[in-house]
Amino acid sequence: MYRSNVLVCGGTGCTSSHSLLIAEKLKEELAAKGLDKEVNVITTGCFGLCALGPIMVVYPEGSFYSMVKVEDVPEIVEEHLNKGRIVTRLLYQETVEEDTIKSLNKTAFYEKQKRVALRNCGVIDPEKIDDYIANDGYAALGKVLTEMTPEEVIQTMLDSGLRGRGGAGFPTGLKWKFARGNDADQKYVCCNADEGDPGAFMDRSVLEGDPHVVLEAMAIAGYAIGASEGYIYVRAEYPIAVKRLQIAIDQAHEYGLLGKDIFGTGFDFDIHIRLGAGAFVCGEETALMTSIEGKRGEPRPRPPFPAVKGLYRKPTTLNNVETYANIPQIILKGAEWFASMGTEKSKGTKVFALGGKINHTGLVEVPMGTTLRTIIEEIGGGIPNGKKFKAAQTGGPSGGCIPAEHLDIQIDYDNLLAIGSMMGSGGLIVMDETDCMVDIAKFFLEFTVDESCGKCTPCRIGTKRLLEMLEKITKGQGSLEMLDEMEKLCHYIKENSLCGLGQTAPNPVLSTLRYFKDEYIAHVVDKKCPAGVCKDLLEYTIDKSKCIGCGLCSRKCPVGAISVTDYVAPGKKKPAYEIDHSKCIKCGACFDACKFKSIYKG
Amino acid sequence: MLKKISSLPFQGTPEQEAKLKEVIEKHKDDPGAVMPVLQEAQDIYGYLPIEVQQMIAEGLNVPVDEVYGVATFYSQFALSPKGKYNISVCLGTACYVKGSGNVLNKLTEELGIDAEECTADGLFSLTACRCIGACGLAPVMTVNDDVYGRLTIDEIPGIIKKYKGA
Repeated sequence: MYRSNVLVCGGTGCTSSHSLLIAEKLKEELAAKGLDKEVNVITTGCFGLCALGPIMVVYPEGSFYSMVKVEDVPEIVEEHLNKGRIVTRLLYQETVEEDTIKSLNKTAFYEKQKRVALRNCGVIDPEKIDDYIANDGYAALGKVLTEMTPEEVIQTMLDSGLRGRGGAGFPTGLKWKFARGNDADQKYVCCNADEGDPGAFMDRSVLEGDPHVVLEAMAIAGYAIGASEGYIYVRAEYPIAVKRLQIAIDQAHEYGLLGKDIFGTGFDFDIHIRLGAGAFVCGEETALMTSIEGKRGEPRPRPPFPAVKGLYRKPTTLNNVETYANIPQIILKGAEWFASMGTEKSKGTKVFALGGKINHTGLVEVPMGTTLRTIIEEIGGGIPNGKKFKAAQTGGPSGGCIPAEHLDIQIDYDNLLAIGSMMGSGGLIVMDETDCMVDIAKFFLEFTVDESCGKCTPCRIGTKRLLEMLEKITKGQGSLEMLDEMEKLCHYIKENSLCGLGQTAPNPVLSTLRYFKDEYIAHVVDKKCPAGVCKDLLEYTIDKSKCIGCGLCSRKCPVGAISVTDYVAPGKKKPAYEIDHSKCIKCGACFDACKFKSIYKG
Repeated sequence: MLKKISSLPFQGTPEQEAKLKEVIEKHKDDPGAVMPVLQEAQDIYGYLPIEVQQMIAEGLNVPVDEVYGVATFYSQFALSPKGKYNISVCLGTACYVKGSGNVLNKLTEELGIDAEECTADGLFSLTACRCIGACGLAPVMTVNDDVYGRLTIDEIPGIIKKYKGA
């Protein structure tokens, strides 16, 4: 028994700021002081509050140290772990109360969260199967194999109301039922861990923090549909996740929880890892299966659906990582428990990756039906630098931008669709008044043009034409007619594309046209970018009444467009400067250089 | 996605070829072997010149156009060599709204190359990537395995200098 447990976050966010070095240093210092038998150091998965990384939590006190540096380690060891005096200066300030520290679960970030899919992340050591088992791990698989028929498992899934967390929200139980209903000599269970949606990292955190939950749930799915083989298709860009998955598979084999005759019930199940190689379209189910087969990841027309002909033309069921992460607990706690959370049509919780212009960047898991306002203002801690909220982007390149007027909407699959966005896998990027919505639409179209596989024409050429129009608009070459034309093209692409990528690619354009039309009009009629982002529509001007004549801007200007005038503002000693707009290349060097805020753009 | 194809002559060594043969042998009978073999071949050679693709096609007994088709489909496969230091700028949404576009511009200016290119001395190459998942540190770039987060463009010349001297 250890008297103290020190949890160090080993998720990608914190390892990027050297948390593994911190864990090393901790072990070193503890050994040097002879405390290594009394204090246990555990590298865990993601705690969620990435903005404060690297994170370290010391139990039993529950001290939450944030933004820890390697240099801080000796002090923590000597003061806290040796002498028992908490190093208050390193604590997350919100947890500090007079004389005492507040429980992490009572802070604004964690209080409104409900952790189901993420329950083990930041709690257990993901590289130790015993940690997972101690937390009810593999109990659900045992229950399923010894007490339930495959039909009962599927019924439980149906009753729970669990819907696919990858984006489209198809009922998981139904998916399994279809795959069960098709007889074949071989069936497959696949896991979509190709989290290609930029700005989303829910699945990665589950894989890094709790890899066994995915293996256990896949085995349960295998039992339910009658498959003996599974594939996890995971992004090669997630090296830590891949490594921990492999460790988990090896350990599960060693314990007889994967492989032949699991729990002596005669059920065989094995799992292979396949690495993706960076293609967004491979998040589409048929494209993913084609890619597992080692080919170009192009989607196939459906029907036949994967439940009939999927991987290697055999009945296949494919679920997303977060979907799997819910399943063992549904089996153990019952469908009613799960269905008691959430809204009428969307049950359970959803994990969001909060990013962009928000104070608490990180991972949050909330019951379905939580409002956007709660997530952004309370859990997310609002927008930094006193800026005003402009839009929240959900669903990545397939989703849309939600304006302030819809902040009180209850988030679930259907409500998001109704306002022109979608759940997607759960990326939630917050934008403030300095973000240009036309530029954001252009950004997403650049992405889809890059990632369109080229198989069908509406997507391959349609998205390209859409991007060209957006480029013209941001350069001041657009017109009102172009906006109408663009909208028509959007609907055409949606209706005629082969797969989900093309069918949703116009959403960023449509939703910004719907909610931020005035911004488009400013671009095409007034030839101005109100947010000050689109370079070609900007003009830099020196406010001569504020200019003190220091000349720094003139020295910084790379093209010699700034020269001195003979005007001296009242109260100033030297003459003011001015910009020759015919020479200006709008690089913004003067704007950044001016210490007196005498240059404005617009 | 358009791929830049290298015009440099192929400089593979016999050791690399032996390693590649081992990889091919290991995967030869697996269904869907092309992708894993390409992935391991890229680890051996650093990129996938046409000569290597030909060896893979012969070894796995598939048409070379199929190998080429796969190699050009996925963004992770490089058809031109990378620099000693590969700088990768995240252009995921979270980084983009925090100014990673400016970071990329500053790098092209400092290095004198565009994204997906390599400097003449072979020291630096530049790529734009889509989200490494460190959104809490946005904007982020990586130089080989080193991660630089919460970047400002003023830091960039200093970072480049550090690797030039190394």
